[in-house]
Amino acid sequence: MSALVIAEHDNQSIKPSTLNTVTAALACDAEVHVLVAGHNAQAAADAAAKIAGVKKVILADGASLADGLAENVAAQVLAIAGNYGHILFPATAGGKNVAPRVAAKLDVAQISDITKVDAADTFERPIYAGNAIATVQSADKVKVITVRTTGFDPAAADGGSATVEKADAVADSGKSSFVGREVTKSDRPELTAAKIIVSGGRALGSAEKFNEVMTPLADKLSAGLGASRAAVDAGYAPNDWQVGQTGKIVAPQLYVAVGISGAIQHLAGMKDSKVIVAINKDEEAPIFSVADYGLVADLFTAVPELVKAL
Amino acid sequence: MKVLVPVKRVVDYNVKVRVKSDQTGVDIANVKMSMNPFDEIAIEEAVRLKEKGVVTEVIAVSCGDAKCQETLRTAMAIGADRGILVETDAELQPLAVAKLLKALVDKEQPSLVILGKQAIDDDANQTGQMLAALADLPQATFASKVEVAGDKVNVTREVDGGLETLSLTLPAIVTTDLRLNEPRYVTLPNIMKAKKKQLDTVKPEDLGVDVTPRLKTLKVSEPPKRGAGIKVPDVATLVAKLKTEAKVI
Repeated sequence: MSALVIAEHDNQSIKPSTLNTVTAALACDAEVHVLVAGHNAQAAADAAAKIAGVKKVILADGASLADGLAENVAAQVLAIAGNYGHILFPATAGGKNVAPRVAAKLDVAQISDITKVDAADTFERPIYAGNAIATVQSADKVKVITVRTTGFDPAAADGGSATVEKADAVADSGKSSFVGREVTKSDRPELTAAKIIVSGGRALGSAEKFNEVMTPLADKLSAGLGASRAAVDAGYAPNDWQVGQTGKIVAPQLYVAVGISGAIQHLAGMKDSKVIVAINKDEEAPIFSVADYGLVADLFTAVPELVKAL
Repeated sequence: MKVLVPVKRVVDYNVKVRVKSDQTGVDIANVKMSMNPFDEIAIEEAVRLKEKGVVTEVIAVSCGDAKCQETLRTAMAIGADRGILVETDAELQPLAVAKLLKALVDKEQPSLVILGKQAIDDDANQTGQMLAALADLPQATFASKVEVAGDKVNVTREVDGGLETLSLTLPAIVTTDLRLNEPRYVTLPNIMKAKKKQLDTVKPEDLGVDVTPRLKTLKVSEPPKRGAGIKVPDVATLVAKLKTEAKVI
């Protein structure tokens, strides 16, 4: 048997989460294939063929796969699923949307958000917002898995020379259609791929202040911008900036938490960062219990000072 | 039209769970249990659709032991019309729950099933999508806006990098994200009223579903502890440490 990775891509290029998923797949099986399901996605398939360790790329190209509709993408995966012992998706909004459909149709359990492969049938995954790690063993013939990308190093994007094979695209299910997309325009690195993230909390006080204080710091560090759930709920920052159990799970080289107290659900989203800096005027704030460097200070003076000093 | 809303009884989101010393699981004896927060949002959305006159009946379902009745009563206090408990003491994994729900969908024929996107105990994020697959229905996960229009439902979804909108033909499955709505507080009169609402109990066998778990939990352990580092006195020291010690900038 071999392992199949469902690529996350934009038809032109492969998203970094695919690379981490390939690493997880290689830990399950030496023979790893990648499915690129999209529309006019030859460029993405060619990019996937260069990923180190990938033996074969399957390109399913058709209008039904243009917008990543779960019904169609799942059907596409199922059309080729018979050849595989492991089917892995990145645990992104796209992967989480499709994987359980595939698992249910195959009548197998899904193993969500794995952070480690102990054996081909045994995996570690966080539960209770990362407050516990469960080691689970699957008795199913096919393992359908979503991969927490921060748990695995990315495979090299270059160096591979896989063959690209074409598969017929499935027909449209006719039950759902794509209406539109509002993409947050940003020159900043995407949160899940950023090397440095600066995140703001409720202590910023308003959307204006959030922007005024956090943006220069992010600019200076070429960092991604994140926010705590409290800041997002208060309307200081857009939804997709939210870092936490119910938002994005990140693990950058450097995470700077500004005016974030450190609720359990926020810590669940960032505690695997390599270096954590916390700036908060409350020295009792729980964020300091996970911070490598803590600065007890008023953020409105400390952050501008930090911007100047960098 | 009818809406079915599955609700799960979970450890309250404010409780920090502890791993048992024998690593067999987390200790949930004597901790506060509540309705999964995403499910509360699902019930609220269904009740709002009823208040708008789009929906005629809201049915809450819970799968688990007898105590899940409390969760169903809460759902009915928010505004669900009746409840169904699929009672079992067995461990239920998402695939099994999806099969139980599929059986109820066949029986009740709802136009819409609204579920929470994930439960905050196992963090699986599977049941809604699995139900959609088993029932062969279209799905819209991570919803931040739901609008029923004729035989369609338009759903705005929170995806990586922004929002997208899908149009699904009813019947359909929707899973909720945090910002879909803010659930109301349940009032005492509504809690009293909920006690009188109909609550039926069925067993997995009655629905012809085998709920045997597919995944075996070998152990549950503490996550690696991240120790607190040091406090720095000022910004200059912080920058120096980041440059020379941590070498991240």
